[in-house]
Amino acid sequence: MERGSKVGGTKRKILDAAGILVMVAIFLFYMIPFILILLNSFKAKRDIIKNPFSLLAEKGYSLGNYTEAFEKMNYIRSFGNSLFITGLSTLLVIVLAAMTAYYFVRAKDGISKIFFALMAASMIIPFQAIMIPLVSIYGAQLNLLNHRATLIFLHIGFSISMSVFIYQGFIKSNIPITLEEAAYLDGCTKTQTFFKVVFPLLKPTTSTLIILNVLAFWNDYLLPSLVLGRKELFTLPLSTYTFYGTYSADYGTIMAGLVLTVAPILILYLFLQKHIISGVVAGAVKS
Amino acid sequence: MGRNKSEKLKNMCIFALPGIFVFCAVVIIPFIYGFYLTLTDWNGVSQVKNLVGFTNYGEVFKDADFWNSMLLTLKYVLFSVLLVNLVAFLLAYMLTNGVKGQNFFRTGFFTPNLIGGVVLGFIWQFIFSRVLVNFGEATGWGIFSTSWLSDPNKAFWSMVIVTVWQLSGYMMIIYIAGFTGLSTDVMEAASIDGATGFQRLKSIILPLMVPSFVICLFLTLSRAFMVYDVNLTLTGGEPYGTTRLVAMHVYEKAFTARNYGVGQAEALFLFLIVACISGVQIYMGKRKEVEA
Repeated sequence: MERGSKVGGTKRKILDAAGILVMVAIFLFYMIPFILILLNSFKAKRDIIKNPFSLLAEKGYSLGNYTEAFEKMNYIRSFGNSLFITGLSTLLVIVLAAMTAYYFVRAKDGISKIFFALMAASMIIPFQAIMIPLVSIYGAQLNLLNHRATLIFLHIGFSISMSVFIYQGFIKSNIPITLEEAAYLDGCTKTQTFFKVVFPLLKPTTSTLIILNVLAFWNDYLLPSLVLGRKELFTLPLSTYTFYGTYSADYGTIMAGLVLTVAPILILYLFLQKHIISGVVAGAVKS
Repeated sequence: MGRNKSEKLKNMCIFALPGIFVFCAVVIIPFIYGFYLTLTDWNGVSQVKNLVGFTNYGEVFKDADFWNSMLLTLKYVLFSVLLVNLVAFLLAYMLTNGVKGQNFFRTGFFTPNLIGGVVLGFIWQFIFSRVLVNFGEATGWGIFSTSWLSDPNKAFWSMVIVTVWQLSGYMMIIYIAGFTGLSTDVMEAASIDGATGFQRLKSIILPLMVPSFVICLFLTLSRAFMVYDVNLTLTGGEPYGTTRLVAMHVYEKAFTARNYGVGQAEALFLFLIVACISGVQIYMGKRKEVEA
């Protein structure tokens, strides 16, 4: 071995090793909150107070915290509510936004221009600037609070601007009008053309928007807390919040509850990490 | 959209109307109605709203708590935005410079962004109020001897730490996308011309990364200004309301103190500030952008 004759010799290797060590250290710092929550979720309260770091628990490990948290959070019901609300909101906002954006690009009329500009501008309005009149209109005047359908409607309204904006950019630069004209001449109506020809071509943008919207709806707390007051309607973040408030001294149960809340999304992440990351980047860069 | 007038109208109703309707019903009408609310003395329950002119705006200027929480928010935004972007940029720089297992690290650093603020706040509340105190007792380090969340100043920094921990992974992937988009030709040319690592960073990488900076600054700014969930579940505004950020103040003004008019007027101030800052920032970013 002639040292130095190769590009990147010992020095390079030491630097690489040091780089990895630094990264691993930072990585551990990022992961430690999750590790501690998971570790302590199996321990009894006394063991947690004594030493949250210890791997050995005097009282041993048990799944007792989980069964308790599962029951007290009404996990199945809140999970079902979250799934229903997130699923339906995402589906509807995708279809509505794609159709609206398609109309905006192709019609090029005054209405399209006005509402596209309004939607783009509305993206800087903070939620706080709308939430008070929202409660006033949907609560005091229309009396529509405490319905899952209302929450779905509001979710759609808040995310449609961004979704239309991203679809609009994609349709404008990627969908050739000649394709539609061919279908149109073959006797398809605009609606048929859209669903049979255009919508399937929007797939990359659709998957980006599904990811962005699912994450936003699933994790949202403030809007659901304003709309849903009845416990039977609670989504996961809402029931986690009440659960934590009620049992804040039962550390073990709480840790198990937190694990149960983050588990679904982390499991999804395990399988779809590449899609999720590229979806989020695409969403950020385009809007 | 259509062969004749009636078909055009039909297609507009099918394609654009539903989306526009929901958008108006949820964003535009409440936003406009919000202006009207600021002119009333509504308390959230009563049927009657009395018009009170601009007195609510006067109340905003007299509301010392509001301006304190606004100042605190500005301080929080300043430190969060700087630290998030600094950490994110460094992580992205290291990960794109040949550290092995790039994908693995990237996946890990991004994880906190998948989880809602409510849960993140609770997780870190446990860390700050139990784990670190325990750590302080075990090591004898005074800085951890009492919970950070019971001291106004340390509670503030706890929020900044959690924010950096949460958002840096997100911004990191945007910076990584920026780094991988840098043209290798330009970098090689610079090396051949004898540019050192630091010179390359300062004169080539940073100017070419301006679009990424603009995106990340915009995202972190708007996120930090509106933060509510983490504030609610990490400190809850405690101790003694010293960590109440402006979003929480507005919420409490309207829904707890039942002062909807003043609350909405304050929310509009928040909107104006956010709009101005984002506007200025996007404008400056566009000016500095260079053609690659």
